[in-house]
Amino acid sequence: MEVTVTINGDSHSHDVEPRTLLVHYIRDVVGLTGTNIGCDTSSCGACTIHVNGESVKSCTMLAVQADGQDLLTIEGLADGDVLHPMQESFRQCHALQCGYCTPGMVMAAVSLLDENPDPTEREVRIGLEGNLCRCTGYHNIVKAVLHCAEASS
Amino acid sequence: MIPAAFDYIRAGSAEEALAALAEHGDEAKLLAGGHSLLPLMKLRLATPAVLVDIGRLDDLSYINDAGDHLAIGVLTRHRDVETSELVQSQAGLLAEATSHVGDPQVRHRGTIGGSIAHGDPASDLPSVMLAMRATLVARGPGGEREIAIDDFFTGFLETALGDDELLTEIRVPKMPDATWGFQKFNRRAQDWAIVGVSAIVANGNSGVGLVNMDSIPVRAAGVEAALAGGASASDAAEAAAEGTNPPSDLNAGPEYREHLARVLTRRALEAAGR
Repeated sequence: MEVTVTINGDSHSHDVEPRTLLVHYIRDVVGLTGTNIGCDTSSCGACTIHVNGESVKSCTMLAVQADGQDLLTIEGLADGDVLHPMQESFRQCHALQCGYCTPGMVMAAVSLLDENPDPTEREVRIGLEGNLCRCTGYHNIVKAVLHCAEASS
Repeated sequence: MIPAAFDYIRAGSAEEALAALAEHGDEAKLLAGGHSLLPLMKLRLATPAVLVDIGRLDDLSYINDAGDHLAIGVLTRHRDVETSELVQSQAGLLAEATSHVGDPQVRHRGTIGGSIAHGDPASDLPSVMLAMRATLVARGPGGEREIAIDDFFTGFLETALGDDELLTEIRVPKMPDATWGFQKFNRRAQDWAIVGVSAIVANGNSGVGLVNMDSIPVRAAGVEAALAGGASASDAAEAAAEGTNPPSDLNAGPEYREHLARVLTRRALEAAGR
């Protein structure tokens, strides 16, 4: 089935099998491998991208469901060499260890601040409940999100 | 993990969806947000031959004030339910419980109708529907019919919906003055409830629904009867596990679930001011 999506501002059209998962389409067909596959059971959030501006787990969506939608992946967040404020906050607060959860964590965090620009620490922790960090580096991740919210206000 | 192959039909209207169901019968499954169905398909626990995608039927996504009840379209996403001022003011229990479904990403995609039609006893929302005594509306070849929530869940992941029927609307009584409590016990933030309880009290009447205490979502009828007889919250909660047949899994056995049901029911009733 023909699928046309906008990813990071660029239009992509491909003929895909209906059972193709969105994350496989993004990684294997379009070739954007910044979005990671972690648990593959919609638990860990490593595959989080934005669909029409909202965080979703791309392992639990079919590519055909995304037809005609506007997608944003981690590759589309920075403006050239200028990091997105959330990426910059993650860098400054050392909010990553192995880095595997980071793309999904950043995308979830950006969506969180879009909906709640001035969250409490508890709201950040609850807001990131859909993302697991196997290094258990949550403390600095939460600090980074709060830092980004403060820097943006 | 990749689902087994299927034919994909994107419905442009409810009528198209019904026509596809009429043609393909029990070989077809409806796809809404996909956050219950797609995980099962990836594990190959569900292998529908035909997937009928109703996710673009925007006319089934709404929250309306319909006099004595809220009329909620089945494709209304959890995110839109939990943030709706109408739901928060008229059905606070539903708004609160919905904010505990999955995680933010899941709530951006999952729908109220999909969650209820899936009929999973471990889901949060069926317990709210039981507590609030919701009515469901289904459309089929013969037109529309109403289904009382107590008649809806018929077996494990099975409902009163026919193979040729589409759930279209959830009708939740408006209860602006009700007091309520929602309790969900799980090991990790986003997990399914090991046990959960929805309790609501309004005008002296109570409704108590249980999560994950049987093979289908069940009402704590013994608790409701005890409360009607004037029992205190802690006395009424002792009846929470009566008549249930809790599942056993790696998280908990039946006795532990029965204990949880009593404790969580007491907490939910106390939160509801009983």
